[in-house]
Amino acid sequence: MTGGQRLSSDDLSAAAGDGDAAAAEQVFWAAGCASCHAAPEAEGDALLTLAGGQRFPSDFGTFVAPNISTDQQVGIGGWSFEDFATALRNGVSPQGRHYYPAFPYPSYAHMTDADIADLWAFMRTLPADQTPSAGHELSFPFSIRRSVAVWKWMNLDDEFVLGAADTESLARGRYLVEALSHCAECHTPRNAFGGLVKGRWMGGAPNPSGKGSIPNITPGALDWSATDIAYYLGTGFTPDYDSAGGHMARVVQNLARLPDGDRQAIAAYLKALPPVAPLDGGG
Amino acid sequence: MKISHAICLSAALATAPGLAFAQDFEAALKARQGQFRIMALNLGVLGGMAKGEVAYDAALAELAAENLETISELHQAPLWPEGSDNMAIDGTRALPSIWDDRADFLAKWDAFGKAAEQLEEVADEGQSALGPAVGAVGKACGACHDAHRQPSS
Repeated sequence: MTGGQRLSSDDLSAAAGDGDAAAAEQVFWAAGCASCHAAPEAEGDALLTLAGGQRFPSDFGTFVAPNISTDQQVGIGGWSFEDFATALRNGVSPQGRHYYPAFPYPSYAHMTDADIADLWAFMRTLPADQTPSAGHELSFPFSIRRSVAVWKWMNLDDEFVLGAADTESLARGRYLVEALSHCAECHTPRNAFGGLVKGRWMGGAPNPSGKGSIPNITPGALDWSATDIAYYLGTGFTPDYDSAGGHMARVVQNLARLPDGDRQAIAAYLKALPPVAPLDGGG
Repeated sequence: MKISHAICLSAALATAPGLAFAQDFEAALKARQGQFRIMALNLGVLGGMAKGEVAYDAALAELAAENLETISELHQAPLWPEGSDNMAIDGTRALPSIWDDRADFLAKWDAFGKAAEQLEEVADEGQSALGPAVGAVGKACGACHDAHRQPSS
């Protein structure tokens, strides 16, 4: 693992602009960038202005999403492609500072070079916004950024969690779930240090906001058919035709922009997961 | 259960004048939750056909879509009396933002109406037209639930 190191163009097999624009936009939605980095309450085209400002309470304090628009001063308009790739893969800023893993780089680290290049090319086309990033509001000792280096050593992993993915659909599903869409960040419980508990992968977790819980989506608790799962991810409709709310409503809006085959691939992945037994009181 | 609940509420009332009994809103809760159940039933008919789980039936699809459109035309004000939010009473996930940001809530209800109208226009045109139109209704549902409904779990 090269955590902490800066990537150079020699480390990357693709360059920004190699891919096609439509594919690049799909990487952006699959990766869910706008769900956290758009301004609070943004809808429609405003989702493309990555002004930051949404607040994410957690056990460690409140994280505030930064401005990652193309503004030269307060956004990432002055970054190079290598800066961007280093941030996504190693969780390190152009100034060499560690990012807190509220930014899901442990998932993005699995992204292909080609997808990182596509994503960068697409994000370069988005509007600039001059809203300065607000700082995170973290409690000691989590306010010490250097402690993140230790966290990375404990938690970054080159391997996918689902070992076997022997069909094309399952491999695509694994890539979407574990790399781009970073589902485990909410659906997998964390240990006292904020690391994901791999033994309960996708087994549900308390909501970091403190209210309620995020469901277990392994076959140990979720008994929907693959068709129902794929349909839910595209429309928000559960098999009872209730509809998704909260943060998941935004995830559905992202995934609805992907081809049918991608949603079916995610469903295939969830069906292939080792079942995690529900905890008492649901999960 | 009911009695202790009432005692709790009375205790709360003693210190918070103006706080209402949940029972005061029972009819409004039943009516608005009922309207969502009618929507779910009709969406089930359309979604089943869109997914390919049940055979496409143009006449039935048309009826279900018309029902959705009809619901969208119900005036919502009588169903959402002030004080019937999830902070004030039990039995609802309606967030106070429905009242605090009334214009946004009504705009989102209106967006559901527009999506239902478009669905009604294409519902009898064949199975392949249903998917995107039902999806658009789902998007309208999700936008409002994201903003104005407490997540379920």
